[in-house]
Amino acid sequence: MDKTLYISSSPHVHEGGTTAKAMRDVIYALLPCVVLWIYSFGVVQPFIVMLLAIAGCMASEAAWEKVRGLPITIGDGSAAMTGILLALNMPPNSPWWMALLGGVAAIVIGKQVFGGLGYNPFNPALIGRTVLLISFPVQMTTWMMPRTHEITSATPLSEVKMAVGLTGAIPEELQAQLGSVLFGGFGGQLGVLSGFALLAGGCYLIYRKVITWHIPVSFIGSALVLSTIFWLVNSSKYPSPVFHLFTGGLMLGAFFMATDWVTTPITPKGMLIFGAGCGILTILIRLFGGYPEGVAFSILLMNSATPVIDRLTVPKKFGLVTQKG
Amino acid sequence: MELKTFKGGLHPPDNKAWSEKKAIEVCPLAEGDELVVLLSQHIGAPAEACVKKGDTVKKGQLIATPKGFVSVPIHAPTSGEVVAVEPRLGTAGTRVPAVVIKADGQDAWDDSLAGADPDTLTPQEIKDRIRDAGIVGMGGATFPTHVKLSPPEDKKIDYLILNGVECEPYLTADHRLMIEEPENIIEGILIIKKVLGVEKAIIGIEANKPDAIDLMTKACAGRGIEVGALKVQYPQGAEKQLIYALTGREVPSGGLPMDCGCVVQNVGTAAAINDAVRRGIPLIERIATVSGSAVAEPKNLRIKIGQPLSKLVEYCGGVKGDLGKVIQGGPMMGMAAVSLDIPATRGTSGVLLFSEGQVLKEPEGPCVRCGNCVRACPAFILPTEIAFRTRKGLIDEAEKLNAMDCIECGSCTYICPARIPLIQSLRQAKGAIIAKRRKV
Repeated sequence: MDKTLYISSSPHVHEGGTTAKAMRDVIYALLPCVVLWIYSFGVVQPFIVMLLAIAGCMASEAAWEKVRGLPITIGDGSAAMTGILLALNMPPNSPWWMALLGGVAAIVIGKQVFGGLGYNPFNPALIGRTVLLISFPVQMTTWMMPRTHEITSATPLSEVKMAVGLTGAIPEELQAQLGSVLFGGFGGQLGVLSGFALLAGGCYLIYRKVITWHIPVSFIGSALVLSTIFWLVNSSKYPSPVFHLFTGGLMLGAFFMATDWVTTPITPKGMLIFGAGCGILTILIRLFGGYPEGVAFSILLMNSATPVIDRLTVPKKFGLVTQKG
Repeated sequence: MELKTFKGGLHPPDNKAWSEKKAIEVCPLAEGDELVVLLSQHIGAPAEACVKKGDTVKKGQLIATPKGFVSVPIHAPTSGEVVAVEPRLGTAGTRVPAVVIKADGQDAWDDSLAGADPDTLTPQEIKDRIRDAGIVGMGGATFPTHVKLSPPEDKKIDYLILNGVECEPYLTADHRLMIEEPENIIEGILIIKKVLGVEKAIIGIEANKPDAIDLMTKACAGRGIEVGALKVQYPQGAEKQLIYALTGREVPSGGLPMDCGCVVQNVGTAAAINDAVRRGIPLIERIATVSGSAVAEPKNLRIKIGQPLSKLVEYCGGVKGDLGKVIQGGPMMGMAAVSLDIPATRGTSGVLLFSEGQVLKEPEGPCVRCGNCVRACPAFILPTEIAFRTRKGLIDEAEKLNAMDCIECGSCTYICPARIPLIQSLRQAKGAIIAKRRKV
């Protein structure tokens, strides 16, 4: 009986989750899409891009922490996850050094300068992507067709943007082609197939309670509503909501990047506002902005609004109702 | 049946199967056993010893008198000799005044104790008996019951709520009491109804005790007491959450149940009230669940106040394996004990023995803003935001974020993947805010 006992404040039990376990869940959820992506774009090169993006993230995180004398945190899976998301945001045929550089930019500029995990205001993977897009616009818009592996700069979103910009409408032949986007008929696009892989991954994360439904539902929902309105107003100029849903990074963004814990609101109401903002901005940028794709920018813009959203959505505490009965 | 519930909270594994089928057994007391009766085992001012070393006492005899309104008297749990009146190690690991009684093995009652028919007593007489018997809230909070039953004139009470929820994992003491002594509880409820002059009484029981729900529903039929089945959700048994689940009323922030016309009593308290009023028995015993992975045979025990926890554990077959932690109460809100030598108190609803491997040792990481604590919080406050500010010393900001509304249920900390002890920061914030308000 003279054994020393542990003393601590209640609660004495825990649900069992850790940050590292949640990060691993996100990585598992991304796996179907990663495999599909690597396979569809010719295995070797996308594999190298993926590997180097991850390596860039993990190595720069470890190096940064080593230099600053901090505990090395690459074991928590957060840097690896950033690397995977970054790779999925790049052309699979990107040069290898770009993947590495993107990883370093994501971790150093996107995360560590702010103090590491938990303190970064912006999604690190999207910071990495943005740095690459600004620095290497040609490489970042040179895409590969799935299966045929033909190199093209034409993504469905850029084709539409260009056509509408030149002629004010989507030409007949392009209109007819757009349907094939669902089956990967355009550069960099896997269409419905990856859409379902991401949807399945997203559902897994909701089931595992890593994320909640709020952001994906309001993101996709608001994008669908807004794009449907435009499409109904003028379908010759604005592409269909289904097209929007399965092109670019909308699914990836809605399930995996707009749901990033650190950079999004903590209240359920705030999450709904955040998702809706992402959906609306994505469609507005796609239809009226300077870039063909708006998912990354919309999420980054909403990231910057997160502190304000959090402040405005502080829940009403229990016991504030007027008394009845 | 539609299950009632509150908003927020979570559902930890209840681990009640270990002891829920075990009938209550009396934890034996032998001649020569020492009972350490702490004089501060209730909320409020400690009682003051009225016996001295060398006195012989009978079972149920007054040994300490209350100091002030929010305080209760304390009685000898058995007959024997007072061998010491001195500070002894208490629940929190500090030395608190205690009366130590060496049992004579006779367990002989004090003859002066007498019961009465509650029908012949006025509400005030009943309340006096409740106070004189030292009755406190048996759910674990140990707030003096006569105070709770004395709302100010201007507070109109129309609802009596009985807490049979027992939402803490492992604990099955209230469950067993409801199954084994339903009449005792019901008689007690009828007495409380008379004291408060209320028509409506409802017993809230979580759906993981279907036998208790059935039995109490049948036993209460036609006696002006309802039974409400509640969803298994922690902290369903927290006072404000229970009132909301059963009546739809919200206790105003910063207020008490009486501010929305309710009084909440634990089912164990109701049984103790019946014993006190009808039979004249003071609060010297209680039911406690002894459970956990490091005890040989989990049991529900009728224990005497003052018995060392080690005796309870011994009766349950002793420690099994590598003991890491001892908890008095439940795992969510209970207190870690410094040793098994400390005595059981009126608040000892359970004694949980956790193995070394069950002790939480995961290091704390940075907040990743997942929002789990926000969704789990039944008070609808932002635990992580408050904790962050408290750690920075920003107490005023913590206060503005409603830190005082925290009910310390621990849900936020239970669910936090970064393993941040949020509840400690919240307690710290509450303490600092109270201290600040006193100064002003």
